[in-house]
Amino acid sequence: MIGFDPDDEQQLIIDTVRQFASAQIRPRARDCDEAGKLPEEVLSQAHELGLVANALPEDCGGSGARSAVTGCLVAEELAWGDLSIAVAVLSPALVAFPLLDCGSAAQRAERLPRYAERRFRPGALAVVEPEFRRDAFRPATEALRRGQDFELSGRKCLVPWLEGDDVVVVSASCEGRAELFLVPRDARGLAAARERNLGLQALPTAELELRSVRVPASARLAGESGSDLAALVTRGRVALSALGVGVARAAFELARDYAKQRETFGAPIATRQSIAFKLADMAIEIDAARLLTWEAAWRLDQGLPALREATLALQQVRRIALEVCDGALQVFGGHGYTREYLPELLLRNARGLAVCEALALV
Amino acid sequence: MPICFEPSENTVVAQAHYHRIAVEQMRPLSRRYDDDEHALPVEWVDWYWQHGRVGPGRIGVEGDGFVQVCAQAEELCWGDAGLYLRMPTPALGGSAVAAAGTDEQKRRFLSRFRADEGRPIWGAMAITEPQAGSDAAAIQTSAALEGEEWVLNGTKIFCTAGEGASSVEGGFVVVWATVDRSAGRGGIKSFVVPAGTPGMKLVGLEKKLGIRASDTATLVFENCRVPRANLLGSAEVKKQAEGKAGDKGFKGAMATFDASRPIVAAMAVGVGRAALDLLLELLEREGVRPRYDAAPAEQSAVERDLIEMQAELQAARLLTWRAAAMMNRGRPNNLEASMAKAKAGLAVTRITQKAVELLGPAGYSKKLLLEKWMRDAKINDIYEGTQQINQLIVARRILDYPSSLLR
Repeated sequence: MIGFDPDDEQQLIIDTVRQFASAQIRPRARDCDEAGKLPEEVLSQAHELGLVANALPEDCGGSGARSAVTGCLVAEELAWGDLSIAVAVLSPALVAFPLLDCGSAAQRAERLPRYAERRFRPGALAVVEPEFRRDAFRPATEALRRGQDFELSGRKCLVPWLEGDDVVVVSASCEGRAELFLVPRDARGLAAARERNLGLQALPTAELELRSVRVPASARLAGESGSDLAALVTRGRVALSALGVGVARAAFELARDYAKQRETFGAPIATRQSIAFKLADMAIEIDAARLLTWEAAWRLDQGLPALREATLALQQVRRIALEVCDGALQVFGGHGYTREYLPELLLRNARGLAVCEALALV
Repeated sequence: MPICFEPSENTVVAQAHYHRIAVEQMRPLSRRYDDDEHALPVEWVDWYWQHGRVGPGRIGVEGDGFVQVCAQAEELCWGDAGLYLRMPTPALGGSAVAAAGTDEQKRRFLSRFRADEGRPIWGAMAITEPQAGSDAAAIQTSAALEGEEWVLNGTKIFCTAGEGASSVEGGFVVVWATVDRSAGRGGIKSFVVPAGTPGMKLVGLEKKLGIRASDTATLVFENCRVPRANLLGSAEVKKQAEGKAGDKGFKGAMATFDASRPIVAAMAVGVGRAALDLLLELLEREGVRPRYDAAPAEQSAVERDLIEMQAELQAARLLTWRAAAMMNRGRPNNLEASMAKAKAGLAVTRITQKAVELLGPAGYSKKLLLEKWMRDAKINDIYEGTQQINQLIVARRILDYPSSLLR
């Protein structure tokens, strides 16, 4: 039966994460962006909420409660707080979920429990490539067979690169087939250079260069069906969509509240149709984008093909997140252009959604 | 209802049922009754009266309620939006009776629409006047009580199904009129005027861009007398802007729109889907289909457009279903209904116009129905609350502003 209401448990999760984002994340967004650094203590506190760990199987220390829909609810609230911090908080999923979905029993047993431990352990996923002709489904990064080993060569970018874990999941093409590999971060031939980007400045991201990086056969995620890069990219699109809805909602609310108190010619600017209608359009597009995201997430949870719906959702979110953030900056007028107010930060972060192909965080 | 995108079995059966009707009964008539603007589409009207009112069978108990109603409206408008509006049903007039009428009035006016025999009849709602559209409270048609009769005087335009409802015995027109102009919206009431009542005259039918199969009427009321018992709801005139609970006057009538708005949005989605379905089908024949895993540098402009159009249509559909789902629980959905209507109207206008563009001369030609759907789509931005009015409603809600603060 068609329905659009989070259930009681989901609502509790939303309320909890929203409260956390409001109290711990949002107040730090600006300073972290200026400093180019994450708030470590916030990552630890967030880890205690078990947002990623809960999705892991019980025998790995989780609650076995894996749901893309719930993941989207969480992602939206975190991103509402701050996109960089949200990605950091959810980053364990970048390793844990490919392991869960594509890893062999041995790979899962060895690594998964680490992401449910007390200490926060971030994750790293390398699927975006810097070339103009990049293709998330068919990576240019190559994996050549060398006996029992693989040799990886290529370039990756926009790789979340937090301290605290020792592997990065890398997508590469092997004999025409897309594969995922668990590559040690300190592998010989792997060079990581910290990036500086338009947005997501608080999130350490790296550009990776792999030169004949040698990994054993056991590094290839090789569960029953092996690596499924298409599934990972699909999930990644859904996650990006949810994050984008959060950023857009943050921008809209800021603009709405500002417009209600900022006066020109004797009345709040929110009483002018040009502003009021702009805000109305923002609200409509955000709600629409959220529903598209939920539909794709729901399909993932049902085990249905979701690439089309995930793509439709992300197409909309990329457009509207930018329009809403740009519109919010516009509502703030000259103040919106300064770094005293958040809209310019949200705009810079929102643009990142268009260049990130996939962040499989749900 | 918890987050779920699977329609109930009833909905699926209904969609198939109405889709078949759209294919077999509506599409074959589309071109003819678009060309022959003021002709009565007898084949459709008679078929619907004899076979269409039955509806699909129900399976099980749990259904999607108003979401299913929206899905049904979508299928029929995928067929032909003009013919949909020409269906012999109580329509908006019936909604007004259902919302504001007494049990006796509901029986008196609505029961004939369920009758086994008899001929097709229509219900309609007449609100708009030459000088009053969006500003419904500014209507001037007057109603004066003389003894046991209300006497109506005024002119109504843009009355959908107005020809059928005013002239075919058994039908009726619900007319908004004011009993006291000085009271503003508090003086506005609805009156049921049975078809054929002396003093109600059909003076013209609009020539329109689209939905040409729909009879859009101008009705003049000159000392039109109806029984006292044809007033819907209370005769009391409240001088305050907001009526108390139980006043079924202006507020009750506006609430009718909250209920019909999702359905109108669903109608728009149907027209948009007709265009998109045809576009995808014809492009498929040319070997062009949208790939969802294309590398950005390889994605063609057409693919990009197709993905955007599909996303826009689905966004409109989901907003509509959300508003409809809220009605199932009796939750106020003024904001959500307006969001749905605003989005749907705009989205399908863009989708149909883009579809014509993408198909080039074929899209422009009357050999295909696509150009007709582009013409049919545009009205959704306008009737039952214009794009701008819906934006205004949304804006007021999100800003928590009364109408006095945001015009």
